[in-house]
Amino acid sequence: MITKANKNIKGIIIEGVTLISALIIIAILVIMLLVIFIGGKDHLTWEFLTSFPTEGMTKGGIFPAIYGTALLVIIMSIAAVPFGTITAIYLTEYAKENSVIAKTIRFAVRTLAVIPSIIYGLFGLGFFIKFVGAHIDGAFFGGELKWGQPNVLWASLTMSLLTLPVVIVSVEEALRTVPQDLRAASLALGATKWQTIRKVVIPGSLSGIMTGTILAVSRGAGEVAPILFTGAAYYLATLPGLGDQFMVLGYHIYVLTTQSANVDQTLPIQFGTTCVLLLLTFILNMTAVVLRYRIRKKKNR
Amino acid sequence: MIVDKIHTENMFLYYSTKMALNNISIKIPEKKVTAFIGPSGCGKSTFLRSLNRMNDLIDGVKIEGKVMIDTINIYDKNIDVVNLRKKVGMVFQKSNPFAKSIFENIAYGPRINGINDKNQLDEIVETALKNAAIWDEVKDRLGDSALGLSGGQQQRLCIARTLAVNPEIVLMDEPASALDPLSTSKIEELIVQLKEQYTIVIVTHNMQQAARISDHTAFFYLGELIEYDKTRTIFTNPNKKQTEDYITGRFG
Amino acid sequence: MTKKNKKSGSSGASAEEHRSDLIDITQKRFRIGDYLAEKIIKGVAFLSITIIILIFIFVFREAFPIFNTSNEVKQPGVEQPKQAAQETYGAVTDSDPKPETQETYGAVTDSANKPETQETYGDVTDKPVVPEKEGLKNAKLESASKTGKSSYTVSAGSGTDDNQSAVKTLLTKDWVPVSEKPRYGILSLIVGTFKITLISMLFAAPLAILAALYTSVFANKRMKEIIKPTIELLAGFPSVVIGFFALMVLATFLQTIFHYDTRLNSFVGGIAMGIAAIPIIFTITEDSLTAVPKSYYEASLALGASKWQTAFFVILPAATPGIFAAILLGIGRVFGETMIALMATGNAALMDLNPFESVRTLAATIGAEMAEVVFGDTHYNVLFLIGSLLFVFTFCINAIAEFYVKGILMKRIQGK
Repeated sequence: MITKANKNIKGIIIEGVTLISALIIIAILVIMLLVIFIGGKDHLTWEFLTSFPTEGMTKGGIFPAIYGTALLVIIMSIAAVPFGTITAIYLTEYAKENSVIAKTIRFAVRTLAVIPSIIYGLFGLGFFIKFVGAHIDGAFFGGELKWGQPNVLWASLTMSLLTLPVVIVSVEEALRTVPQDLRAASLALGATKWQTIRKVVIPGSLSGIMTGTILAVSRGAGEVAPILFTGAAYYLATLPGLGDQFMVLGYHIYVLTTQSANVDQTLPIQFGTTCVLLLLTFILNMTAVVLRYRIRKKKNR
Repeated sequence: MIVDKIHTENMFLYYSTKMALNNISIKIPEKKVTAFIGPSGCGKSTFLRSLNRMNDLIDGVKIEGKVMIDTINIYDKNIDVVNLRKKVGMVFQKSNPFAKSIFENIAYGPRINGINDKNQLDEIVETALKNAAIWDEVKDRLGDSALGLSGGQQQRLCIARTLAVNPEIVLMDEPASALDPLSTSKIEELIVQLKEQYTIVIVTHNMQQAARISDHTAFFYLGELIEYDKTRTIFTNPNKKQTEDYITGRFG
Repeated sequence: MTKKNKKSGSSGASAEEHRSDLIDITQKRFRIGDYLAEKIIKGVAFLSITIIILIFIFVFREAFPIFNTSNEVKQPGVEQPKQAAQETYGAVTDSDPKPETQETYGAVTDSANKPETQETYGDVTDKPVVPEKEGLKNAKLESASKTGKSSYTVSAGSGTDDNQSAVKTLLTKDWVPVSEKPRYGILSLIVGTFKITLISMLFAAPLAILAALYTSVFANKRMKEIIKPTIELLAGFPSVVIGFFALMVLATFLQTIFHYDTRLNSFVGGIAMGIAAIPIIFTITEDSLTAVPKSYYEASLALGASKWQTAFFVILPAATPGIFAAILLGIGRVFGETMIALMATGNAALMDLNPFESVRTLAATIGAEMAEVVFGDTHYNVLFLIGSLLFVFTFCINAIAEFYVKGILMKRIQGK
């Protein structure tokens, strides 16, 4: 009987330890959220969000960084979402489950997901800027430096590669929630495979495509390493076009905290910017989590 | 005169290496109801699905022998499977309406055939729904989601959806197995009406159902066609012992 | 055929009239839409593989010249002012010049449009880059491009020497890329990276695994529905935000507890990276714990084992390959993490095992220095070499993790 009591105490301790671990993780998240939100909430004014930086970045707003981030994620999504969706369609609709091709593609997708983001930056520099860009310049601009240097386009495309696996995984999950019955029904009505995909499968997984897009946008908005040397800029007096460098929230935080002449002076802006970025990604992720939760529920039904 | 709409000769079907259908030869008459009965796993559904090549969707299925519809072997190399399925429609065990409106469910088939004219679609949808004896129940809510219908209604909607493509043959895979008795009898009535225009092949595990609605009955067991004859003969005076045992409920 | 069908469809009412008798099934129809769709979808699906191959090629391509210096044609070294070099390169279409590097502090701004950015230059983490010789450039051009001889006018023999000596210094511990005699010893960077990885794993792995164990074994449904989405949200935290938090809050907090001297060090960085790695480890561990069949659990309980005994002696061991894979992927995440390393580790390339000293990781080195190097320079190539190392390392980690999950875990659990 004594041993049994011991066992119970042991059990309680062990369950307690695991519970505490879970709580610590939640606490870390909550503390980070709170610290950054409290530190930055006073700066979340309309003016801060819509004005340009002034006085050597120590005052003013972060509008160009917000604009740049928006531009980045839009171009990135335009590139990543269709390609990611199509890859997912291939994997669920065309590829045979255990074929070598499907396995290789899946492996490639997972590898893409774990390659460090800085490597994407190197690739963006080596491929988009120094190879594609330079060749465009050589072919169309007589060697004049135009596309062979960092800009929004190359940064966004680099980012789209990084977010590609995010889209693929989400969309694939959603495509699999479309019941096989419906595909069979459509085919039995004399629809071709592509008609079936277009009219039955894709409409049935729109929420999944949405989730994938949101997650990708959130990821793209937050990543800095891939754009460190493919397009991000410290300060710009004007809003960027496709061929210009651009300001972006994450890079702004990095630069203000580590590279600026007077870190203390810009502290409020640092907190404000971080707060904006965190809220942005947090809200996006929240939406994605809810959407995905619904999709999974639908699948289990 | 009775014309054979479907006929198979020495047909074998394998799942990778496992034989699922063994030497099936059968002649199914036009504009009649033919029922396939047999214990589950006997190959009746598999056979049904091979009549419009739905088995193509399953990896590793191999078919030998002849499967003729009219005079064409549908497993010939040049057969257009998509068009074949327009000719040979199918209704599934579980009703599977698309998550679209009732109207769009019916219009799906015509639309993929390139019919987009609104009036024409209206006409086709109405005809199909009337043929499937569900028009009166849904005519006021064609725009509602098909998922809001009851199980029996959904199944009749699926039949209507199949009819809207104008098939010559309608294959039904246990269409009433998931329905309550009332809905089942409605579907059965419908099937009897439909044979005026269509050749109907129905798989059922319900022998009474086969006896009530079919003109011919085929008994499958362990992937073989044991007996095939007029329904009345099968149920009153079967030739084979196995058939008799099954009919009288001694196994299965 | 569909057209015929359409025509007959119009006559409507009587089904007899628009029967499908007219549909011809004997001839396979060529459907251009389907054909194209399939081809395009197939083609696009290969994109992922293509990208991996391209990354291989282009990251290695830029690193390669380091090892290709010995057969370089020696040319008289001339101290060329940087401007001149720039002009020459301007004419060479293929050689991708990056002339602005020096003045504009890296990728900061477009120097042509906004010259005022000079002011931002003041407080850079690293000393300004000394103009480098362009010898390596030539090596690169020779090996990788079809440029004409014209580009050789700026070649500098001393650059080649620089190259060779650089290769020799690779396996030392001195990382001094910007000096009269640059040394590219990546040992201290490697040691630093491993040190920080170890710290972060010591912090993150137990926490994440225990939390996963709680979630999959002990937690009731409601707790599960709180914990799992929360950790998904944590996964969505941008690393720059975690870096900021570490730099602003965590560093000070930990310093007041442990009383060490250097405020930013591998300990702070390791903890911060651990935070970033927790969601990965948690998710994969939780997945593999959940994949353990319920029958194991029930069988163990039926034998009189308690819940915790079952958890520790039955479920945990059954899921070990998955947990191992989770830790591996966590390591991969930390190994390549750049922003947190840049912001919270102090970035000094010290070869020191003390966790409270600053470190400089491989990824951070690329992040901090790539923007300021001269394109084609030895330094540039060395950074790409580091990138290749990172890439190969994470690639292998992923392959091994995959092997553990797919090959061992699934076999063990599903008995396949």
